[in-house]
Amino acid sequence: MKNPYLPYPVRIQEIITETQDRNLKTFKLVFLNPEDEAGFVYMPGQFAELSVAGQGEVPIGIASSPTEKGFLMFTVNRVGRVTTYLHNMKPGDVMGVRGPLGNWYPWEEMKGKNVVIIGGGFAFTTLRSSIVWMLDPAHRKDYGDITVVYGARNPGMLLYKDELVAWEQRDDITMHLTVDATDDPTWKYNVGFVPAVTKEKAPGAENAYAIVCGPPIMIKFTLPVLTDLGFPPERIITSLEMRMKCGIGMCGRCNIGTEYVCKDGPVFSMEKLATLPNEY
Amino acid sequence: MLKIFVPKDKMPRWIGRIMDGARVFAPVKEGDGYRFRLVTRPDKLDFSYQNTRLSPKELVHPPAEAMFSYSLKKGDPKAGILEEIPKALGTRVVMGIRPCDAKAFQLVDVNFVTDQYMDPWWQRRRQNTVLVGLGCHEPCSTCFCTSVGSGPFDAGALDVLMTDLPEGYLLEAVTEAGRALLADAPEGAPASDTVLTEARFLAQQAEKALPRLFMLDPLREKAMTALFQEAFWEEVQFACINCGTCTFLCPTCWCFDIQDEVHQQEGVRLRLWDSCMFPLFTLHGSGHNPRNQKLQRVRQRFMHKFKYYVDKYGNGPACVGCGRCVQYCPVNIDIRRVAAMMTASCVCPT
Amino acid sequence: MHAYTEKIREAAQRLLTEKKVDAVIGFRHGTVPMMSEPVCVRHADQVHQLVWNGFCGINLANYLAKRKDRVAVTAKGCDSRNIVIHLQENQIRRDQVYILGAPCHGMVDRRKVWEFLKGREPLQVMENGSSLKVSGKGFEEVLERQAFLQDNCRICTHRNPVIYDELLGDPVPEQTDVDRYEDVRRVEAMDSEGRWRYFNDLIASCIRCYACRNACPLCYCPTCFVDESRPQWVGKTLDPTDTRTFHLLRAFHVAGRCTDCGSCERACPMSIPVRQFTKKLEKDVKELYGYEAGVVVEGRPPLDTYRPDDPQDFIK
Repeated sequence: MKNPYLPYPVRIQEIITETQDRNLKTFKLVFLNPEDEAGFVYMPGQFAELSVAGQGEVPIGIASSPTEKGFLMFTVNRVGRVTTYLHNMKPGDVMGVRGPLGNWYPWEEMKGKNVVIIGGGFAFTTLRSSIVWMLDPAHRKDYGDITVVYGARNPGMLLYKDELVAWEQRDDITMHLTVDATDDPTWKYNVGFVPAVTKEKAPGAENAYAIVCGPPIMIKFTLPVLTDLGFPPERIITSLEMRMKCGIGMCGRCNIGTEYVCKDGPVFSMEKLATLPNEY
Repeated sequence: MLKIFVPKDKMPRWIGRIMDGARVFAPVKEGDGYRFRLVTRPDKLDFSYQNTRLSPKELVHPPAEAMFSYSLKKGDPKAGILEEIPKALGTRVVMGIRPCDAKAFQLVDVNFVTDQYMDPWWQRRRQNTVLVGLGCHEPCSTCFCTSVGSGPFDAGALDVLMTDLPEGYLLEAVTEAGRALLADAPEGAPASDTVLTEARFLAQQAEKALPRLFMLDPLREKAMTALFQEAFWEEVQFACINCGTCTFLCPTCWCFDIQDEVHQQEGVRLRLWDSCMFPLFTLHGSGHNPRNQKLQRVRQRFMHKFKYYVDKYGNGPACVGCGRCVQYCPVNIDIRRVAAMMTASCVCPT
Repeated sequence: MHAYTEKIREAAQRLLTEKKVDAVIGFRHGTVPMMSEPVCVRHADQVHQLVWNGFCGINLANYLAKRKDRVAVTAKGCDSRNIVIHLQENQIRRDQVYILGAPCHGMVDRRKVWEFLKGREPLQVMENGSSLKVSGKGFEEVLERQAFLQDNCRICTHRNPVIYDELLGDPVPEQTDVDRYEDVRRVEAMDSEGRWRYFNDLIASCIRCYACRNACPLCYCPTCFVDESRPQWVGKTLDPTDTRTFHLLRAFHVAGRCTDCGSCERACPMSIPVRQFTKKLEKDVKELYGYEAGVVVEGRPPLDTYRPDDPQDFIK
């Protein structure tokens, strides 16, 4: 068995500044060794530890889709020591990736179902992975209607803007973009909070799953809306964040009750979360 | 399995031969307590201790361990790439380990060796370490091994069980590794029935001296969220000062931190003991902390040992009753009392 | 000293019933010999838990910083001095604490009793005036209490609370013939290499559990320098440099504030005499500024005072 603490060496191929506040940057990483790339088999919803020698590691959701070959993509919010350092790195620099880690959205279980994706702010990363994966010709037929509600504070804070526009124009996915507020006259989408837009635009719960990722306050107010729409707790899926170190369920810090968010999660159904202590 | 009797005056010779082929760790008096240390002379072995201050977990899970090294030199083609630091993890024999401390290794194995991942350092050290245990004649008043499913002569996690008798030691092989150690012991003779009877008697006496303080069944039966919400946590947590004494001394506390450290152009990635008592343990980068209250941290420690572990692995609790935290908690938070509250069918306010 | 127990219960009953305080912080009987556990009593029907004995060495001021409610607290001389420091440092307001002052005869050091017993385990320890009756399996010893006090208690010169709302007993005579700094002078007399070795040996067994820090009422910083990661001031390993940095910085951080309550030493699971650091600084502050921490409420401590006529240039 491979040493699970040892990162794969990768090179930064491209860095894209995502938001107008410049606090979110997307890193495209390529493996230095082809055999490492072959071994990195992942599903949308999983995360990895980004490793910077001399700084440490940080757990980040994988934003690329397994259908996108040749690179991994991570969108990183600048908050702490490692992420601040990472934001100052340059294309060509060498760093590390350890993973894939954790579980993923229940893709098998959701086959044949409609999927409603609800995202807020910079938690849209693994949701991007999910959308790209479902829209891939190899998978699109496995799922019914795909509806996306995605909101941010203002238009400048939305991630992956070019892709959002492209998805808007497709007819095999329904997009509902929203911002909390804007004075931008060119904004032609919704204005309002994610829970309100969800209430207004989300399709019925029949034969459908909802995947919800976003800041805690958004989740808190979106859940009752989904319940009103008829989504049972086992078909509301979310992904949790927690301080992590090892990422493999050994270092002991990211537990909620019996579950390690890093290994047993980060993806949980609301049904499962209801059985656990409310400590996250 | 092989059972031999070695007279006291011949023990050093047997141990000396073990030392020829392996590194031997044993309790050594240091300051006002005992600690497991590398011992290189058989006459230095001292089994007159009750329990070591620090548990022997440091032999398998060191407090600070460098895992990887890397260069940060500009122009170095390997700069920024982590490499495992090679370690010579030769055969080791831990002499005189208490059955409870050995049991702790077994309880922690399920964390470090799983179907999906294997911690290489824990696994290799465990594999290369032979545990020669010393049965407890005189358990401390803070010992409660029999209450948590073990006992003063529990051989379940040992390779050899030693019983200290007036004239010598009864050595009983428990595993194949233990048998190999005893097979090469011309100092000993097959244990007589008298010796075996004498040893059984001592074991029974020791076991009788330890009262059962609580039943374990309710731990499985009670709902996790119900125990989590019990009112008694408020009272339990008050005195806690959130130091790491209990977790650092505990043989089953395994939590660790990972940190990078750089000296000029060279760096290492370290693994360090950590503690759920520290607020930093769970602090998010955003500033949010799911366990920012002392109550939450104190509850986590006890719930982990007596409920989460039990539910997750269908085994446990993750406590061996060594009593170190009872002895050394600076404010006298007593895990026996807390376990009794967690397992009580009705918790009355005190 | 057991006479205090009744007085504490009586006061607690009265204060809780009259709603003068929301809670009473004191001690209850410990579960092991020579230990008492800090307890917070909120209801009059629970005051019977409260006790006082020679095993109440923990400094209860540690439970006061940043409280929002009104509490009564039992306080020995040292605890009361730490309450004074909390008042000076705005950790609590005077009208929030009702101090039950406990004139103190010194607290028993259980490690000294263990050392005396040489491996025999004490199962029961009873105090009787100036003696300690220690019994265990097959033995009973009567010890002179004074010889088994915590080191800081043996040289204490503030046994009586310096601030209180009521006293639990008559003031006790203060010790006047003690030499507080005999050991400090011994270290001062060493050459620099000797001192280096002395302090390195002293902390060699430190496991960085931070019990000394957490037991200290002065250590209330929201983020301790050892936990800070941006920038990271101290490494987290057991490397002697890091351990030394921790102990030295901790000591300097409590300079001019430490009351020598002994909580740090008492809490250390490895029995490290960490007061060797703080006592040197206490002596320096006394010699340089003629100041003893926490003895008077009025005025500012020297190390948080700025005077325009300070004789040293660097501060101007």
